[in-house]
Amino acid sequence: MSIGTGTDLGGTGLGGVGVGGAGTGGSDPASEPIGGPLQPPVLAPGRARRMQLPRSPKIVAGLVILIVFLIMAIVGPIVAPYDPSASLSTTNGTPQPPSAAHWLGTTQTQQDVFSQLLVGARSTILVALLSGVAATILSVLIGVSAGYLRGRWADDFLSMLANFFLVMPALPLLIVIFGFLPPSQNTDDVLIGLIIAITGWAWGARVLRAQTLSLRSRDYVESARIIGERGWRVIGFEILPNLAPVVASSFLFTVLYGVGTYTALAFLGLINPLHWSWGSMLFEAQGSSAEISGYWWWYIPPGLAVAFLGTSLALLNFGIDEFINPRLRAAGVTRRRAKKAGDKGLPRRFELGVTPVVRTTAPGSTPAAAGAAMADRTQEQPS
Amino acid sequence: MTANPPLLEIRGLRVDYGAGPDAVHAVVDADLVLRRGEVLGLAGESGSGKSTLAYAAIRLLRAPGMITGGEVLYYPEPGRPVDLLSLDEAELRGLRWSQIAVVLQSAMNALNPVLTIGAQLTDVLQAHETGMNPAARRARAAELLSMVGITADRLGSYPFELSGGMRQRVMIAMALALEPQIVILDEPTTALDVVTQREILEELTALRERLGFAVLFITHDLSLLVEIADSIAVMYAGRLVERAGAEELFRSPRHPYTLGLLNSFPALHGPRRYMTGIPGSPPDLRMLPVGCVFHPRCQFAMDRCREKSPPLEQPGAAALLRGGAPPEPPGIAGPAKPASGGPRVAGQWPDGSGRLVACWLQDGSAKPPPELALPEAGAARGGQPDGTLPVRAAGTDDPSLAPSIAAPDPGSQS
Amino acid sequence: MRIIIRRLAFYIATAILAVTVVFFIPRLMPGNPVEAVLAQLHGTVTPATIRSLELQYGLNNPEGLWGQYLTYWSHLLHGNLGVSTSYYPSTVTSVIRSALPWTLGLVGVATIISFVLGTLLGILVAWRRGTWLDNLLPATTFFQAAPYFFVAFLALDLFSTRLGWFPSGRAYGQLDFPGWNAAYIGDVLDHAILPAATIVLCSAAGWIVGMRNVMVTTMDEDYVLVAMAKGLAKRRVVWYAARNAILPSVSGFSLAIGFVVSGALLTEIVFSYPGLGWILLQAVGARDYPLLQGIFLIITFAVLLANLAADSVYVFLDPRTRQEA
Repeated sequence: MSIGTGTDLGGTGLGGVGVGGAGTGGSDPASEPIGGPLQPPVLAPGRARRMQLPRSPKIVAGLVILIVFLIMAIVGPIVAPYDPSASLSTTNGTPQPPSAAHWLGTTQTQQDVFSQLLVGARSTILVALLSGVAATILSVLIGVSAGYLRGRWADDFLSMLANFFLVMPALPLLIVIFGFLPPSQNTDDVLIGLIIAITGWAWGARVLRAQTLSLRSRDYVESARIIGERGWRVIGFEILPNLAPVVASSFLFTVLYGVGTYTALAFLGLINPLHWSWGSMLFEAQGSSAEISGYWWWYIPPGLAVAFLGTSLALLNFGIDEFINPRLRAAGVTRRRAKKAGDKGLPRRFELGVTPVVRTTAPGSTPAAAGAAMADRTQEQPS
Repeated sequence: MTANPPLLEIRGLRVDYGAGPDAVHAVVDADLVLRRGEVLGLAGESGSGKSTLAYAAIRLLRAPGMITGGEVLYYPEPGRPVDLLSLDEAELRGLRWSQIAVVLQSAMNALNPVLTIGAQLTDVLQAHETGMNPAARRARAAELLSMVGITADRLGSYPFELSGGMRQRVMIAMALALEPQIVILDEPTTALDVVTQREILEELTALRERLGFAVLFITHDLSLLVEIADSIAVMYAGRLVERAGAEELFRSPRHPYTLGLLNSFPALHGPRRYMTGIPGSPPDLRMLPVGCVFHPRCQFAMDRCREKSPPLEQPGAAALLRGGAPPEPPGIAGPAKPASGGPRVAGQWPDGSGRLVACWLQDGSAKPPPELALPEAGAARGGQPDGTLPVRAAGTDDPSLAPSIAAPDPGSQS
Repeated sequence: MRIIIRRLAFYIATAILAVTVVFFIPRLMPGNPVEAVLAQLHGTVTPATIRSLELQYGLNNPEGLWGQYLTYWSHLLHGNLGVSTSYYPSTVTSVIRSALPWTLGLVGVATIISFVLGTLLGILVAWRRGTWLDNLLPATTFFQAAPYFFVAFLALDLFSTRLGWFPSGRAYGQLDFPGWNAAYIGDVLDHAILPAATIVLCSAAGWIVGMRNVMVTTMDEDYVLVAMAKGLAKRRVVWYAARNAILPSVSGFSLAIGFVVSGALLTEIVFSYPGLGWILLQAVGARDYPLLQGIFLIITFAVLLANLAADSVYVFLDPRTRQEA
């Protein structure tokens, strides 16, 4: 069944809105979502293009913020002024607002919030990255294989698997899994990351499958197969390089998912609270009703940290989206360019269906006038 | 033949994509006249600007296109022009479809996939306040479909349920819904197979005879135009290079590009010969050659061509000014009317009658090469013995037709 | 129609898979779940409790794995989800039944509002490209990235604690008498506004961006240009474009509903809203496994149902799906 305009991906970004693409056939239609498999944008054929990300402010901002957080993750526990678990006073039961000694104030048990933030950064980012990497590897393996083996039972099976995981609500499933996990095991960042990855690979797999399907029927891939190149070589050298932007976008998305999910799990108390992460800070804050009592320094820093990390990833994702789909770039003639052109009369934006008239020559300089001018010219010449 | 009053006049139209120093000049100084009831063909390669010109004339060009000069005058009644470029959105909307309709290139994408055919036929009837109730609209939609040979039970179908040819016919029916004065056809048959092409063209001709609208027919297929157009304008790199009556153009092309186009498709009759094409490829509009835009691909290029761009004018007009030979006889296109007032002057004939070429070879200062000269007087109205127009003339050995490239024709005028 | 039936079959298969997963997880995890539960129970533990737990988790169970699986299914189909250990002796079903309406009301209404609002805004931003509206987009990325419960924190702190505009939690004031009277309903709405606003704020961003991107691509289509060429009113042209652009949004709705539900549950926790989220938190804290499993199943079934509804809407909107391929 053929659905949709079958052109570009609406956005690999968040909110889970994909684009119904043209039916590519082959997989079990029952498990295929009705919008059809995603049809990502058709990338230029041929060898992988050199990746030149346009220097948009979005990408720059995203990168800067991300790098800041990465640094925090690496050096955080080393530079933290206090031990985050240490109660610095046993008599005072009220969280203290920020002060010179405690830049972000203290918790109810007089632990330093700033240190918690720094130490918690490592676990949070580590789990997020791990889950992102694992989920991306899984989605590449499953998605590309399914797309390459289109139509055979392996493709049907893998697609069905992906659709199952996609439909199953992730957080409740993880809650059940972590709920049953013995407390001794649930502080291992690697294990946490892997378990989260199990729920996060399906989206990327679907996108990659659709993109692989579209690339597979390209001439240069077909010719590689005809001359006898092995399957894995075709995948590795012809298909994968062209999938790079989609894989990158999928990776960013899953890291974002990982951050949010890990924070949520810790917030629910499913992770041992002694294992510091931004989510566990929020768990403690919630337990002490910080928001009702107005202890903003306790819950805002970890929440903002998660939000900003997520925003940086989303911005990078936007940038990649615009790179893939040039139509999404800022529309119209920007003011700077207009000023350069020197035309004050340029329309600020283009209205669909009404072509603007911006005269650079005065009306009336029609060829009749040109003809008269020419008559003047030729009359000067001697015959 | 071309005595009908003008319906649409395009003068000096300039269209750019983008602004500032990076702007691409897609159309430069275009002049066209479409007369009542006439079929004007607009021919050229891809990227020559023909579609841009047509869409810009009705302000339907997509961003970042913009009109940077010229006039587009529409005459709903003779002598009372409306400048399309100065209308605001509401006025444009009222004019659109009721006066000027468009049939886009590929009906595959031009029909809304989630609406029925009937809905897409009746929405214009509703929008333009014809005062029809739903039943009357539906009846009119059925009538339109029958005009193009589709049964009324298809009113409830969706576009994906129709074949390519049927969809194109629906587009045509849609265009005629308000019985416009002008129908612009943008490559209406390019995406179809030859048999369907033929059917569509025949239907179009029949409809035109019945309803009497004028047609601006855009295509890259010159052979098509020779059959159905009354006059033809040829575009290259955003400029008009030649304009003439269809038969005239076919028999005696005056511009080297036109000659190349005509030599690019094979003849159905006559002995086999090698096809010449046009060497090279169309220029990048951002890096146009100095002088005549066509000179790098022209086999007759002279020094003057490399320096200055020739204006679009009547052949031999410049020579007249210098007191040389009188301009050529008007040919099939009808008597050339002088510009209002005063003696005959060189340059444009503003009312568009008569033949126009933009080529230094034709300004009368020297004899044009035999391929680009007028055929002998006797041959000007030649044809097949059975009276039909031959599909191709040049390149055959029949002396009653225009001379081939090889043999010089001593009788040609200059 | 055949498509809907196929999708229904798929969802039923997924439901079966979910039940199976829920059945097997406690048996696959290292450690003894019964001991873990007992470690959490602070009240009196009778031998009957231990026995029922053992039965539930297959320890010392004479039936064997397959037998237990079937028993589990038969219980499920009778509406028996087990007995809650933290709300002992209430059944899981009764606990969920008391919380479900609150969640359905809050999350259901909020999700619909968010979808409608987000889609409309997305259309607007796409149509008015090049204006200041484009600057909304980076702002929405922030709300997409911020966890629901964090925004809930902010909302509570700002609007309830500091400004005092709204109550600080719960579904209704504790002194009210529940009933279908105006005072009660007004109170319920008053309590629901902040949580609903949080959910809408966090989820609408996704619809806005998604819809805008699809609209931008759709507006480039030929049929939109034809609509303008026909001289149709601007509103109609937008409708023609949106009618096509909404399809991927509806399709994406199915995928996003899982995220929205998860986020909404967390929001409930922050607001102490007596819905499934709150119950969930208690269950986790008390290691009330039967309740945990029951909640998971109910949430899963609800999400599957919502997916089915979205699929039906899609088939209704897109005539091409009715083509019997």
